[in-house]
Formats: sequence, C-alpha cells, structure tokens
Amino acid sequence: MLQGGTGTMNLMLGQKELDRIHHSLKKNLIDIGAQSSMLIDTAGNIIAVVNNGSDIRDVYSLAALAAANFGAMNSMAKIVGEDEFSLLFHKGRTENIHLSKVNRDFLLINIFTNQLSLGFLRMKVAEVIKDLLGILVAKKPAN
Amino acid sequence: MAFINLKEKIIQAKIVYYGPGRCGKTTNLEYIFSQCRGQVQSEMVSVKTDGDRTLFFDFFPFDMGKINEYDVKIQLYTVPGQVKYNSTRRLVLKGVDGLVFVADSASDRRASNVNSLENLQENLALYGRDICSIPLVMQYNKRDLAQQGTEVLELETLEEDLNRRLKAPFFEASAVEGLNIVPTLKKIVSSTMAALEEELR
Repeated sequence: MLQGGTGTMNLMLGQKELDRIHHSLKKNLIDIGAQSSMLIDTAGNIIAVVNNGSDIRDVYSLAALAAANFGAMNSMAKIVGEDEFSLLFHKGRTENIHLSKVNRDFLLINIFTNQLSLGFLRMKVAEVIKDLLGILVAKKPAN
Repeated sequence: MAFINLKEKIIQAKIVYYGPGRCGKTTNLEYIFSQCRGQVQSEMVSVKTDGDRTLFFDFFPFDMGKINEYDVKIQLYTVPGQVKYNSTRRLVLKGVDGLVFVADSASDRRASNVNSLENLQENLALYGRDICSIPLVMQYNKRDLAQQGTEVLELETLEEDLNRRLKAPFFEASAVEGLNIVPTLKKIVSSTMAALEEELR
C-alpha cells in the first residue's frame, strides 16, 4: 500500500505485479550490464530492487537520498520555468547513477559502470518505464 | 501511509521528527543511532550545510522485528528546522506515518515552537492530511537547560501552547543527556504500528 502525490493514493501491488516489475528490471537492465536497478516511490520507499549479485548494502539510504535529490531537482525546474526535469545522471570514476521519473509517484534508479554505455541504458530505461506504467497504472485505483 | 511489500514481506513506515530550528531533532536521531546500533544496518545519513545545520534531512532505517510475519523497517527522518527550508520539510513529510514534534523548552523559543507546529499543519494539509489523524508524540526537549540557569517554559505552558487541542502523549526530554529519547521513540513506534494494523484490517 502506498500513498503518494499531493492527494491520497492507495496502491496495493500483489505478487504477480511485483514479479512482473522484477522481470522487466532484470531482463531490460540487469541483463544488459547494469549493476543494480531499483523502483522507488517519491517518498523514498523501495518497491523493487534487482541486482547482478553485487551487493549495494544500504539501499534504504540510497532510496531516501534519491527521492530527495529528485524533489530538489523538481524545485530547481520550477525556478527556471520548467514543469519538471525527468532524469538525473551522476557520473563517477567507475560507478554511475541514472535516475528517471516513471510518473508523478515513482522513480527508477540504475547503478552501472562505464562498461555500459549511457545511450544504451537510456534506451532500455525508456522501455522499462513503458512496462512499469502498464503495471502501475492498471493497478491505480480511481481517486 | 506505509509501503507494504507482499513479495518480500516487508513493511516500510516513515517517522518524521519535526520542530523549530535548533530544537534537537538531529541530536535525538544521533542518540537513538548510538544506542540502537544492533538494529541499524547502515550508517546515519545527514545532509548538512557547512555550518553543520541540517540542510535536507537526517535519516536511518531501523529494524523493528516482525508483525504478522512481516519485517518492519522504520525509517527515521528529521526535517531542517530553519524557516527558509520549508520546501524541503514538505518533501520529507510526504508519506509520513508517524510524527514526533520536538519543542524547545527555552523561554525565548516559545513563539518558534508555535510557528513550527502551525507550519507542520499547513504542510500536512498540502498532502490532504490532518495532524489529528496521524500518530503524534510531543517531546519537550532541553529540560536540562534549567540546571544551567537558562529560563525554561513551564510544562503547563508548553502543553497549553502546543498540545491543548491535540492531546498527544508527551515526554519531557533532554536529547544531549539521552533523557526520554528512547521512550519517545518507543511511543511513536507503537502508536504508528497500531495505526498501521488498524488500517490493514
């Protein structure tokens, strides 16, 4: 169950939907070389995490900071006259983080090394977002 | 409202420490973190300014054990208290399940306490939520100031200013000395869990 957005939105994802989310993240992102892929909500809760065996120990802190990062970015967008910025990319020496907005309530985080090209990742992220919207929107109750 | 993962059997609930600037929210979390290391799997995250004031939040997840086969993970957050960081406070409040309002007992902070509580109610209203329908614990912090000769507000004054209508459970506390910090946490966790169980029925 999840509350998000400015109103009250309750959402219950069952085993079937969570399996579909895991499958999409694994097939489209982990199998092409991403280290870790996480679906979170904009309040910082983790909905799904899939990784390639590499251990990202503190996923809860990562989710909280990613949600905060996105919130700050949305405020920056408004200051410069944009409705939103839909993605964030942090480049490290070997590890990189790519954050994308799925919709008003959900964010997708990917951690990957320089061996995976950013362009390819972005292409696959777009496909995953389409999958995720299909799953999440179908489950969203009318408010 | 908490996020419940049916696949992994995990409940994630969010408890936020709210209050005026320099009232001791971060000190509360630092004390809990130091006392409960065994239940915390990660480091405490603090996003601070150069002047060591909270810029975004302090945060750590906290394992609470099991309820009905579900692992309960409490996520403890503080908000930045400074007036100018209201948009950040609002963001941290999103999806909150339980609140601790930390008031500063120093006499000269009386108006700041009232303003911060009003600000909390305004920010909750933006999410369509009412403070009366969210588990809340009041903590009157810095009671130790009296021993150092600083004038502190009487308990009755704090109750009248902040808790007359809400009638939330309250604790007199000193975060720097660790007085009533863990009892405050236990109270808000039990109230939050009871509210979640009620909602799940």
